[in-house]
Amino acid sequence: MPAWDYDLIIIGGGPAGLTAGIYAGRARLKTLLLEKLIHGGQMMTTDLVENYPGFPEGITGFELSDRMRQQAERFGLLIRSQEVLELKPGQPMHTVVLPDGQLTAGAVIIATGARYRRLGVPGEDKLTGRGVSFCATCDGAFFKDETIAMVGGGDNALTEALFLERFAKKIHLIHRRDQFRGAKYLQERVFQLEKLDKVEIHWDSEVVEFLGPDNLEAAKIKNVRTLEETLLPITGAFIAIGMLPNSGWLKDLLPLDDWGFLFTDVIMATEIPGIFAAGDVRAKLWRQISTAVGDGSVAAIAAGNYLEELKRG
Amino acid sequence: MAEPLQVSDADFEQEILKSDIPVLVDFWAAWCGPCRAIGPVVEELARDYAGKVKVAKMNVDENAKTPAKYGIRAIPTLIIFKGGQVAEQITGAVSRSIIENALKKAL
Repeated sequence: MPAWDYDLIIIGGGPAGLTAGIYAGRARLKTLLLEKLIHGGQMMTTDLVENYPGFPEGITGFELSDRMRQQAERFGLLIRSQEVLELKPGQPMHTVVLPDGQLTAGAVIIATGARYRRLGVPGEDKLTGRGVSFCATCDGAFFKDETIAMVGGGDNALTEALFLERFAKKIHLIHRRDQFRGAKYLQERVFQLEKLDKVEIHWDSEVVEFLGPDNLEAAKIKNVRTLEETLLPITGAFIAIGMLPNSGWLKDLLPLDDWGFLFTDVIMATEIPGIFAAGDVRAKLWRQISTAVGDGSVAAIAAGNYLEELKRG
Repeated sequence: MAEPLQVSDADFEQEILKSDIPVLVDFWAAWCGPCRAIGPVVEELARDYAGKVKVAKMNVDENAKTPAKYGIRAIPTLIIFKGGQVAEQITGAVSRSIIENALKKAL
């Protein structure tokens, strides 16, 4: 093999990156995983994961993250807590630029994931951390016996509403469509809470503004059918309206879709030989821990085959 | 000082507000994933800025008064205090470079 620092560098330590690490380790590729914050990614902030196979009682996102890390390290994966500034493609090796130097690798897997999408309405930025939150498991406990809102209608929004129910006096669930997209099982539990008056559902509704001089005091919501506006007095608002990819640093390097997600083929290869992408950062239909794990394993096997062919010349 | 100092409601005034050098306080809790995510970064900063910046951690589960006083409703929250006043405030798990820029502004 050419004289590079690593056979494979994985950028990002969520479920896609860690799974790629398990497969690469077992393939005896010399592999480094770089993670900006801590292994686990979005899993870390999930209260209870109930749809990942093998855990019939569910498992906390924190524990699942830690188990994946342990499993990857058992097979020799090195994990460094390091931000990546730039990726410079080359042949036969690619260069990963870090704040304190650079590293070369024969293959790279981009698994940088996604972050929460903001509503982009007045008051949102100013009141983030002052009532507006993007992490129910982090901040829910600050809203004991208060009236709060949950914005969104997917799996994440419903899961967070069910988590917040233990703290809040009442939850206004604000969703811009006339039905939820989240799993039916989660919907059933939310509708049970609606019957108990713990949850009030505002269908076809959008938040247009968050109000409060210092802390959140109300949200102005608008019914998208009747255009009627209502002022909801709330002290907390949790937002789960989808994700944006962590791909800004790649925009001049690789083709991205309209939202910034990275295009790959079925073996997770990008258009640059030796650069693969896996997990939520990739353009695809569904973003789940299980689909990220699938992407990660495919990307690692494909990267291994690519390196094998490179060696044969 | 290599390790972050654990502070409580009781010693907050003495350790933080009366400190003669700037202080970075990490408000956190054990059940908060992003808090665990920035924990190692805060520890690194405590080592790298030893002598220049005092780095402290406050567990919001065990201490309710101080977080309420500063209107904290999200964790992790990092506050940089200078001369007893809030100089910078950062909410959420952010990368080391963002915290470092805030520290440099306060120094």
